[in-house]
Amino acid sequence: MNAIVTNNDMTATAPVTEREVLLKVDNVSLSFGGVKAITDISLDIQKGEIRAIIGPNGAGKTSMLNVINGFYHPQEGTITWRGEVRRKMKPYEAATQGIARTFQNVALFKGMTTLDNIMSGRSLKMNKNFFWQMLWRGPAEQEEIEHRRKVEDIIDFLEIQAIRKTPVGRLPYGLQKRVELGRALAMEPELLLLDEPMAGMNLEEKEDMSRFILDVNQEFGTTIALIEHDMGVVMDLSDRVVVLDYGKKIADGPPEEVQASQAVIDAYLGVSH
Amino acid sequence: MFYREAGQFKTSYKADQALFPILQDKVGMAVILAVAFVLIPLTANDFFLTSIMIPFLVFSLAAIGLNVLTGYCGQLSLGTGAFMGVGAYAAYKLTTIFPDVNVVFLVLASGIFSALVGAIFGLPSLRIKGLYLAVTTLAAQFFLEWCFIRIPWLYNYNASGAIEVPTREMFGVIVSGAEATPIARYFVVLSVVVFIAFLVANVLRGRIGRSWMMIRDMDIAAELMGIRPLQTKLMAFAVSSYICGVAGAMMVFFWLNAAEPSSYSINLSFQILFMVILGGLGSLGGAFMGAAFIWILPVFLKFIPGTIGLEVGAETVQHLTFMIVGALIIFFLIVEPHGFARLWQIAKQKLRVWPFPY
Repeated sequence: MNAIVTNNDMTATAPVTEREVLLKVDNVSLSFGGVKAITDISLDIQKGEIRAIIGPNGAGKTSMLNVINGFYHPQEGTITWRGEVRRKMKPYEAATQGIARTFQNVALFKGMTTLDNIMSGRSLKMNKNFFWQMLWRGPAEQEEIEHRRKVEDIIDFLEIQAIRKTPVGRLPYGLQKRVELGRALAMEPELLLLDEPMAGMNLEEKEDMSRFILDVNQEFGTTIALIEHDMGVVMDLSDRVVVLDYGKKIADGPPEEVQASQAVIDAYLGVSH
Repeated sequence: MFYREAGQFKTSYKADQALFPILQDKVGMAVILAVAFVLIPLTANDFFLTSIMIPFLVFSLAAIGLNVLTGYCGQLSLGTGAFMGVGAYAAYKLTTIFPDVNVVFLVLASGIFSALVGAIFGLPSLRIKGLYLAVTTLAAQFFLEWCFIRIPWLYNYNASGAIEVPTREMFGVIVSGAEATPIARYFVVLSVVVFIAFLVANVLRGRIGRSWMMIRDMDIAAELMGIRPLQTKLMAFAVSSYICGVAGAMMVFFWLNAAEPSSYSINLSFQILFMVILGGLGSLGGAFMGAAFIWILPVFLKFIPGTIGLEVGAETVQHLTFMIVGALIIFFLIVEPHGFARLWQIAKQKLRVWPFPY
């Protein structure tokens, strides 16, 4: 594990106030026909922070993540990634720029083993062509071993050594979520989007997952944006929280501030309009 | 008891990533290769070689080709027969134009043409999935078959409309055409099949094979990991069609000697598809097992009544064979929908803990 830790710990120790903005979303609106999923939302994600996006069901949280990693193209507004305004792009381009993601309902490659799933996260970093792959001996094998080492570090980190060769379709849900996190980590992303990483987990699994998220953030310096419904987890983990409701932003700030906001309380508890 | 990896510790990732990480598999493979390269040529008669082994190997190769596309990349195709035909006609034209070039080289080169054709017909796969894609590949099947009939240039303006393989030598041995000995043909076919199967196995366990499986299992997530869907799918189409093309060329050059457009009809596509499904999607061993089941079993069944002394008419035997094979296909698909490859895997898993399963 030490091998990865050394890379980025400068960013992790930087004081909160001096963080640069990694991703900035300005006045983004997204609609599907007549349905407005996101209305005029602006938010920023700073380098090295854990940013939570919360809100009731159908608030547009997942749509927001989809906009960030290029699945949806907003009709209005701009997205600035590392200081450059991003043009309309495909998800694989987002991947090449260092944005990784996990899904709300696990989207692992069911027919492949845990090892292969995490290896698949290295795809972008591998480049030996078809010819070498056919020969195997030589460069392709070297490359495979080199990336296998990195993947084994992640397997160690997530403590899933025992299921290395198990097809992921056979794993219990909690482990699948963990493998999915591992797959995203294998991409060595700058920004990691987690869509409900703790949905459907018991307390112990949630504790484990929270620990992994904090470790990823602090040891690798990865910026994390997560969607989560467990308020306890959100308030403990995140540096800043943005709250969406009916596609609009209703609050943004540190957890304590958001918790105290009347608009947020209304959105969650319901209020007569 | 006999098949277990206990005590075989891997000390390097290299050893862990080997094609056959377990010693017993290595030995098993060596035995199979020894039988194929030494024992069969020494003992088999001409009938066994020409009617069983050569077609079996050709079909295995075609099944491997389709397996790359359907089993590993998840793109259903019904155009296999046509892609094989492209290989056959391309090889025929190539050997007409370059009569002095080594025929095996030309057979391998002819696959490039079917790879191109396959990639073109793979273009709709970006937008269309599953059964709908199968229908678009069906268009390839009918269009190419039409070409084989209507473009006389392809069969050198023969009166018969069929391609007839000329006699070709390799290292002084006649390997194709009517005079070629079964043993020479067998060696050529076997070598090509083993060679290609080995290369395919390598591709499948590396980055490219993984990218195909990513597309198969969850295309959205694959795209998010940086896989370009169109390029990846087209590559699978090209590789698959290349292999099928080589199989198709070998089919006419080293087995049938002559082929009509109807040899590469939709029936052939279905036959290969059944081999792949029955053998097991996403398994190279399964391709061989499926081909063996669909091709070799009927041949053996035909001989059973004769050998046990029953007086049955030839047609009755034919019909019985159809019925038995059909029933067996249904039986095996109910027992294990994932094909022989999975049965084999389960058997190995059981052997690993046998005789103390708990």
